[in-house]
Amino acid sequence: MIGFIIKRFINYAILSAIATLSAYVLASMILNPAARYYGRNPRPSDQTVNAILDGLGVNPNTPVIERLWSWLVNLVTRGSLGDTIHNTSVLSEMAARAGTSLRLLILGTVIAAVVGVILGVWGAVRQYRASDQIISYASFTILAMPSFVIGILLMILATGLNNVLGIQLISFTGEYTPGLDGGWWAQVADRAGHLVLPTIALALVGAAGYSRYQRSAMLDVLSADYIRTARSKGRTRGSALVRHGVRVALIPMSTYFAYSFATILAGAAVIELVFSWHGMGEFLFQAIQQSDINAFTGAILFNAVLVLIAGTLSDIVYAALDPRVRV
Amino acid sequence: MTDNNNHLLEVRDLTVTFPQPSGAVTAVRGVNYHVDKGEFLGIVGESGSGKSVSSLAVMGLLPSSAQITGDILFEGTSLLGRSDAELSRLRGEGISIIFQDPLSALTPVYTVGAQISEALLLHDPKLSRQAAAARAVELLRIVGIPHPERRAQAFPHEFSGGMRQRAMIAIAIANNPRLIIADEPTTALDVTIQAQILEVLQRAKDITGAAVVLITHDLGVVAGNADRIAVMYAGRIVETGTVDQVFHEPTMPYTIGLLRSMPNLATAGHTRLVPLEGRPPSLGNLAPGCPFAPRCPIAVDACRGTEPPLAALNDPQGKDARHSAACLRMDEIAGGQLQRAELFPRPERVAEAERADLTPETVLSVDGLVRHFPLMKGAVFKRQVGTVKAVDGVSLAIRSGQTLGLVGESGCGKTTTIMEILELAKPQAGRITVDGRDVAGMSAKERRALRRDIQVVFQDPMASLDPRLPIQDIIAEPLTVHGVPAGARRAKVAEVLDLVGLDPAMGARYPHEFSGGQRQRVGIARALVTDPKIIVLDEPVSALDVSIQAGVINLLEDLQERLGLSYLFVAHDLAVVRQIADTVAVMYLGRVVESGPAEAVFDDPRHPYTRALLSAVPVPDPSLERGRRRIILDGDLPSPTETTPGCNFRARCPLYKLLDADQQALCRDQDPALRPVAGTSAACHHAASIELVLN
Repeated sequence: MIGFIIKRFINYAILSAIATLSAYVLASMILNPAARYYGRNPRPSDQTVNAILDGLGVNPNTPVIERLWSWLVNLVTRGSLGDTIHNTSVLSEMAARAGTSLRLLILGTVIAAVVGVILGVWGAVRQYRASDQIISYASFTILAMPSFVIGILLMILATGLNNVLGIQLISFTGEYTPGLDGGWWAQVADRAGHLVLPTIALALVGAAGYSRYQRSAMLDVLSADYIRTARSKGRTRGSALVRHGVRVALIPMSTYFAYSFATILAGAAVIELVFSWHGMGEFLFQAIQQSDINAFTGAILFNAVLVLIAGTLSDIVYAALDPRVRV
Repeated sequence: MTDNNNHLLEVRDLTVTFPQPSGAVTAVRGVNYHVDKGEFLGIVGESGSGKSVSSLAVMGLLPSSAQITGDILFEGTSLLGRSDAELSRLRGEGISIIFQDPLSALTPVYTVGAQISEALLLHDPKLSRQAAAARAVELLRIVGIPHPERRAQAFPHEFSGGMRQRAMIAIAIANNPRLIIADEPTTALDVTIQAQILEVLQRAKDITGAAVVLITHDLGVVAGNADRIAVMYAGRIVETGTVDQVFHEPTMPYTIGLLRSMPNLATAGHTRLVPLEGRPPSLGNLAPGCPFAPRCPIAVDACRGTEPPLAALNDPQGKDARHSAACLRMDEIAGGQLQRAELFPRPERVAEAERADLTPETVLSVDGLVRHFPLMKGAVFKRQVGTVKAVDGVSLAIRSGQTLGLVGESGCGKTTTIMEILELAKPQAGRITVDGRDVAGMSAKERRALRRDIQVVFQDPMASLDPRLPIQDIIAEPLTVHGVPAGARRAKVAEVLDLVGLDPAMGARYPHEFSGGQRQRVGIARALVTDPKIIVLDEPVSALDVSIQAGVINLLEDLQERLGLSYLFVAHDLAVVRQIADTVAVMYLGRVVESGPAEAVFDDPRHPYTRALLSAVPVPDPSLERGRRRIILDGDLPSPTETTPGCNFRARCPLYKLLDADQQALCRDQDPALRPVAGTSAACHHAASIELVLN
């Protein structure tokens, strides 16, 4: 089993490397970092611009393959991802931002998975009843809505709630209130207040997707003979559904978890922008906007590593849930 | 609730209706029966007769949409209208149930031991987990699972079908219930495993003292075990009585017809089967009157007007009022004015003049056929870790106009053998000769031409017919392949439809418009359309209801005589093979262990495996069945990947255990070859000492 997991992990690692290198090549071909300097007034000389670009390793006059090689050598020998266009190290920039993003991502994913599973099971057990219909329509609506619309709608709701209560219960600009005085608890409460809306926005999209899959997995299980066996032993319907039904219906979800994580990542980038969080999503967005090849590649590497971890996790969870695949 | 509260279970006037958009379907229509303490009741019926629905109603496990009326009394108290929580306390503790399909009845993610402990812990919260686990191991030992301590830790997918069904029985008897309902407990299993399971069920009944309700479609299964029998048809009980009454003095024409349509190992092969024409009515919109009237040869006008109630028989000797039937003319049948044997006419054989002229010659011969599959491991660097010897040196021969029956348990290589033959390609080893021509050296064109001569009929008539084609296109398809012009195709399709007893006007209909028996006739028509010499029949009747089977078997016999066909008939139902086959080959683990003329193999088998196989087949005759001795084989079919030196049947052989040390050494060291022994050929060193097994 360990061997199997290791093999899968190596597979994912190779895929991540391919994704990152392709991202580098793609960015080098499309993004034009020189444009930024030529737009300045006074216009810098070609030599100056070339010198800057060479320093960053993003000069379009150098062949892509050569630049890719030096980027790789740089990464392997010095553990560096190069510098951003603002002459800061990509790695240090990412280190500062990763925590912000991860907090949002982990919370959002966990809540999405839990809520999605519960809603899916609930919908399947009460198939075609009013509650099932409401869950179905609501999740389709959310799935059809772009993340930024959800973010903005939530902001409007939160503003309304704050007005009704007369206090600033939910804040939604930035990660924390700058210059807030108070003890450690006050800081925590402030951060939690800022975390609520982006987490809900992210979790909503995830939960909508999870609930659809969980519902259909659960429907397959509901009519299974072993549910009937469990009831014939003396379990009530509800208890048989939870102990024998949900447990089996969770198995296919672990695969879906790996695939949906990439979608959640993309959603998170937009949510960060909407809520003015300085996380990896914003980093990626700015890198594209500013034609910053090194920063862009760094952001893609970060995402690829997350997908790698999610994929390996889902393999482990699958094996933990299903004794039939353990070898 | 005034009278007779001492029945363990009493079902009174039970009806179960499933509301559906197309109209309500009443699956059970007024069923009355009772089970006393420690009694063994058999409920017999074909699919759709309501036998399973009525037992699920007793367990309270029907879907909530089902509308149930009547009353179900268990130990004097009513079960209807009780809450799920109240019924849960009774389920597993007072009444338990064993379901049909052991493949899906156990939760795949929990160990077998945990699932047995669960049943114990649910009803005894004071029990510790360790005590429950120990008791689970004990229960597994009772139902005959070897190494129960280790096997309790195994997951259901690591168990074979027979072992899972044993585990199901262990769950059912865990809390010493007063009533065990077994719903087709052996239907998906091989005969040898079926015999094991029935024995375990009987043992479980003896240990717990529980009453048993055994639901089955196989009259043979209840004949030896049950005390009383209830026969169900179209949602009602149409006849009930003691086993001897129902089997020896059946009074409802349906029971009579069912008993006469079953091929019976004791009598098969000598007379033609008596088919029960027509099919059971659909329960959606029943016509008034007796639901059996359209199929009944003695129906009178009154039968079509009113449905007769289940009434006690006017026994002239007045010996027993337990025998009841639901038939207007039952007194005439019981009184002897209507002879039971003459109710259903026995169809005549094909007239001498219509039979095909045959020159006896071997049309298909297989010599030393081998098919091994490599067992691979590894994803990138595949390496062979073993060999599955699916077919390991099989020799067969079929003469024109004859039927060879190929029998054996599932996994013995029957299907691989026929697939190798049908492929008409050079086998891994051995020779396949069709019409005296070796197929190995054939060109693709010759091979295609040869395919006209050898056709196949598959097991499942629904799955083997394309649902989107009208049957005339399905039947004509082989002709299209061989480039026959459209006009000739149409004429030929009409001809074969007529041959298989279907109206040629039905050609434009789609498969779903036909019943199971009719669909199998379409499958046979498709095989006949190229005028083949040989037809391979892969379990052609095992998916059909008992009452339909006989008609298809008779049709196959008629076609053989009329057209001079040769059949390679593969089946696991030995009674059916006995009925139709001229010669028989018994397969075990990729080898033929015994072959010879059907009479010799069935009446005086020389190989211990054949003997065990035949003794495991239940005979639908209670007096015969009680007198029979079963040879129970231990365990399951071993995996065909293992290589055992010497005889590969040794581990399960009933004869091996009785031999002395020298004789056992011979079995261990030398692989027995097929050799002639008294009328048949058997692959056994000690075929001459076979009589030891029964003494």
